[in-house]
Amino acid sequence: MDGETPILDVRGLTIALPAGADRRLAVDAVSFTVRPREIVCLVGESGSGKSVTGFSVMGLLPKTLRATGGQVLLAGEDMLQATPQRLRELRCTRMSMVFQEPMTALNPVMTCGEQIDEVLRAHTTLDAPARQRRIVDLLGRVRMTEPERMAAAYPHQLSGGQRQRIMIAMAVALEPALIIADEPTTALDVTTQAQILELIKDIQRQFATGVLFITHDFGVVAEIAHRVAVMRHGRLVEFGPAADVLSHPREAYTRMLIAAVPGMAPPARAPAGLKDEVLRVDRLAKTYETGGWLGRKRSVNAAAGVSLCVRRGETLGIVGESGSGKSTVARCVARLVDPSAGRILIGGQDIARLAAGALRPFRRKVQVIFQDPYRSLNPRRTIRQSMVEGPMNYGLGAVPALERATALLDLVGLEAGALDRYPHQFSGGQRQRICIARALAMEPELLIADEPVSALDVSVQAQVLDLIEDVRRRLDLAILFITHDLRVAARVCDRVAVMRRGEVVEEGLIEAVFLEPRHEYTRALLAAAPGKDWQFGALAAG
Amino acid sequence: MTTLSDIRDAVDAAAAPRRPSTWRRLARNPSVMAGGVILLVMLAIALVAPLLGTIGPSRIDPISRNKTPGTEITMRADDGTRVLRTAWMGTDSLGRDVYSRVIYGTRVSLAVGVAATIVSVSIGLAVGLLAGYLRWLDAVAMRFMDGMMAIPGILLAIALVSLWGAGLLTVILAVAVPEIPRVVRLVRSLVLTIREEPYVEAAVALGTPMPLVLVRHVMPNTVAPLIVQATFICASAILVEALLSFLGIGIPPEIPTWGNIMAEGRALFRVFPHNILFPGIFLSLTVLAINVIGDGLRDTLDPRMSKRI
Repeated sequence: MDGETPILDVRGLTIALPAGADRRLAVDAVSFTVRPREIVCLVGESGSGKSVTGFSVMGLLPKTLRATGGQVLLAGEDMLQATPQRLRELRCTRMSMVFQEPMTALNPVMTCGEQIDEVLRAHTTLDAPARQRRIVDLLGRVRMTEPERMAAAYPHQLSGGQRQRIMIAMAVALEPALIIADEPTTALDVTTQAQILELIKDIQRQFATGVLFITHDFGVVAEIAHRVAVMRHGRLVEFGPAADVLSHPREAYTRMLIAAVPGMAPPARAPAGLKDEVLRVDRLAKTYETGGWLGRKRSVNAAAGVSLCVRRGETLGIVGESGSGKSTVARCVARLVDPSAGRILIGGQDIARLAAGALRPFRRKVQVIFQDPYRSLNPRRTIRQSMVEGPMNYGLGAVPALERATALLDLVGLEAGALDRYPHQFSGGQRQRICIARALAMEPELLIADEPVSALDVSVQAQVLDLIEDVRRRLDLAILFITHDLRVAARVCDRVAVMRRGEVVEEGLIEAVFLEPRHEYTRALLAAAPGKDWQFGALAAG
Repeated sequence: MTTLSDIRDAVDAAAAPRRPSTWRRLARNPSVMAGGVILLVMLAIALVAPLLGTIGPSRIDPISRNKTPGTEITMRADDGTRVLRTAWMGTDSLGRDVYSRVIYGTRVSLAVGVAATIVSVSIGLAVGLLAGYLRWLDAVAMRFMDGMMAIPGILLAIALVSLWGAGLLTVILAVAVPEIPRVVRLVRSLVLTIREEPYVEAAVALGTPMPLVLVRHVMPNTVAPLIVQATFICASAILVEALLSFLGIGIPPEIPTWGNIMAEGRALFRVFPHNILFPGIFLSLTVLAINVIGDGLRDTLDPRMSKRI
């Protein structure tokens, strides 16, 4: 591969941010190359400038951002100097893009075939039957079953993975020399992600294209990258062959990032012992019904026959893909939704059917940490108001409530000065700490963490996971930990339940489930985890 | 394309810490400033009406009927002496001074606009909050509101006035009631999205009682769109009041309102257009100012709404 002329050569690319932003440059003198038949991963945390770099190659920068220096050479031609018309010609024919969200990137009122046809019509002189043959051929090459039927389908009739295949078919329709994929698998489930990653590798071999793959996930990097460019705060930190960067990172930042990625092998844990049961869920079911009255009734079984048990001082993980019912179970246990059937025993008493008034004493025993730290604090209330609300609901005076809030903020690593600020003045990780402190202020027995780190960057994720581990140990809490990420589950859970389509398919100690899975679905999930062969946990931060 | 907007969001977020306060942004908005100045002038006129060279707005002077603007008229003062006075806006068919009537009419129009807005927004907010949050109430309340919206607002107002009898208070209520369903629908739709927010669920999990959840967590987040809606209600209330008075079914004719003055001038409109012209100018200016403020507020407080339109 060495010695070939690069298809994409980015030299000293500099992009200015509008005045008033937190830094002056979105991208600061970034240089890297993509050679033919090569996948280069551009990896970094949110705000590192990786997407902006990708968009600048396509000439799709928003108007507020301006490239102020450097060159983006696509086969020797500078994209920054190209006219809008020239860029239009080059898109699809020489370079194309695959977006993160396949639903919004496809036009909902056109069939998938028509959307691919649009590309062919605009850039080729093929007649209609020839274009039709080409579309079916393309859909076959992205491994769609029944390509003719898929070409006639509308985007909403397809699954997320199928839509992403359509996007890839559109991207390779004119056999471009370069494909830019911006987090193309982030919105997909792990098993679908594995298939799409496999497809991208395959497509890149079939069409001999160079791929610039933008991602935040080191698992994905380990899976597909030939070379890796690590970005931070708009600067290129490190650029080199994947194996080198992943196993012998030269820069401290890269080392820290890679060390923050949890390993797939669960760490050795002190046995939790058989303490009291805090929560027992017995044959829990939740059926959502829509329609009725005049329309036809439809019902969806979000959870069926789920039985679980969490003891004091223990973390039970529920893992599964989207739609598996894991969040439904969590929300039923917190009684944020009413279960349809089954029992939820908290300290031996069934709360599944309790009315609002009778439920009140149990509310304080069960607290929830939500996924999105940006939305789980009321934007119009100060941290102080949010923190004292719960304890004061249960009759604690203002002064002791404030003392407790201050002590808990200290516990989660925030200063007391944070109390009088508003949520928007904090970063995502800090907000999640505040949410944890708010939940702890109730002195709960059971903490439900619903994807608490999914919205966070990997380095912040590690800190929040450490904090959750720490409070569990110190306060001897029972934790119900919902996640789609097997690495996260391996890191914090004592036991784990695997859910699929509303049912628990396997449950057991984390080592048993991860190292010797019994159910085929568990095996498929574990096999699909990106970068599973890579010993991320082993690399020490230095 | 999510990713493009992600970048913009990131750029916005990066710029967020230095974002000026809401008041400063409002002060920088030209439409809020222009509308605000006009409205403040109107408010000042209403407050100091007796000091602006006016005479009793209901004072009838048969000798000086139907004078054109600028005519000098002699009138008898209370102590019997004769005074020479220029009728800047002429007089009406009963010899009342149109200038004085228009100036005093400002009081009634603004009062009706503000009072009707307060009534409709407070009732609409309460009903909307409950309907949006309590599922069992939603169907009943919203069908009732749909029923009210099926009746044209003006007709409903006319019906209510004829039911309760004419008077300032009944006109305010009659103008406010048809606006209630619009407020309810707006608030309910906002509540439906806000109640799914994790911070509302967190408050429920913290054991906050339902009424407090509504007042503390849901209501404050409906305020911005509601203020915008309130300005449009205020403008429309002033118009409807004028319309009711013009039709002769609103506020009794002896009380000067812009609608009453125009109604008075209707018969001789072709010969003496000033009776309609001057109150018409005041009415349009006020309504225009309020609407312009509303547009400016919407752009500043609720940028999503302005993009949608």
